[in-house]
Amino acid sequence: MELIAIIFGAIFINNFVLSRFLGLCPFVGVSRKVETALGMSMAVVFVMGMTAVVTWPIEHFLLVPNDLQYLRTIVFILVIATLVQFVELVVRKISPALYQALGIFLPLITTNCAVLGVAILNITLEYNLLESVVFSVAAAVGFALALLIMAGIRERLEFSFVPLHFKGISLALIMTGILSLAFSGFKGMLE
Amino acid sequence: MSPLKALLNGFKEIPPLRLVLGLCPVLAVSAFAENGFGMGLAATAVLIGSNLVISALRNVIPDKIRIPCFIVVIATFVSIVDMTLNAFMPALHAELGIFVPLIVVNCIILGRAEAFASKNGVLSSIADGIGVGLSFTFALTLLSAIRELLGAGTIFGVSVLGEAYQPFRVFGFPPGAFIALGLMLAFYNMLAKKYKLG
Repeated sequence: MELIAIIFGAIFINNFVLSRFLGLCPFVGVSRKVETALGMSMAVVFVMGMTAVVTWPIEHFLLVPNDLQYLRTIVFILVIATLVQFVELVVRKISPALYQALGIFLPLITTNCAVLGVAILNITLEYNLLESVVFSVAAAVGFALALLIMAGIRERLEFSFVPLHFKGISLALIMTGILSLAFSGFKGMLE
Repeated sequence: MSPLKALLNGFKEIPPLRLVLGLCPVLAVSAFAENGFGMGLAATAVLIGSNLVISALRNVIPDKIRIPCFIVVIATFVSIVDMTLNAFMPALHAELGIFVPLIVVNCIILGRAEAFASKNGVLSSIADGIGVGLSFTFALTLLSAIRELLGAGTIFGVSVLGEAYQPFRVFGFPPGAFIALGLMLAFYNMLAKKYKLG
């Protein structure tokens, strides 16, 4: 029951993009086409799940026993950078087409605040290992959901009239705001 | 590039408006002008420090592993700022929460390291850090001031619109952040078109 609450909360109530403001760069950057959005989503789900599996033991078996919590930021970002390199290699090997499509955005996952954010949130929310992994994957699914909805909207926007000054990121942000407003309707469902 | 020119050039970039890369930390802490201002200064401190060290080490860092090296330098300064804030301004530190460590992944800082500090001298890089940092702080403070004004009728906690004002609550919550920044960008686009700011 606890886990279901975590999953539901991470996907809908505290959606990473729409209410925690994490992962906005790729959210704005790759949401122009549903296809690339899908690839990015899968990469993020995988990387975020792995991040939780790796960073939780580091925090609790390495940093806490040695009183090294102040190194958390540095250690976590290095671990994440390594993980992303690994995922990049795998994607390039398995699916060159996807690699082409993701282009610059795969290395950019390193600087995706959602990934470092989830690692830090797992610690500050005091989740255990299982809860951390579930929370991270659910958060990534929430990110993917927001990204896919946005990509769908933006594909349609391509063919509609948009006031000159609102073209591009400006309108994307306002759409995100409206989407966020819609998602805030989920608030209070778990009280 | 001379330090003075670098400073002015840095100031011209106004990152959140033109680059939109530093979005993540901008929006989450922009509900109140005070938080926005504090976050802007924290990011500026990190930017100056990382620009300084990276430009000093630019001939030592091997090209192939430069990004991890930059990230380690940036993370070091972020940890320093994090601990300093925690020690001297615990209230602000609590408000900013996980968004202080997340300065590490702010694209602006890595972007300046890659685009400027790794190619220019130490003094110019410090000037660039100050310029970009201050314009970032300016834009972030402006955004949070607008949000605070509409969402609570105050700026920096001082009541501006009086008791009778019915707050536009949504601007204090996440949806308002997106909408406010979107409108600000559109406004900036308009100005840029009109005065040909490129």
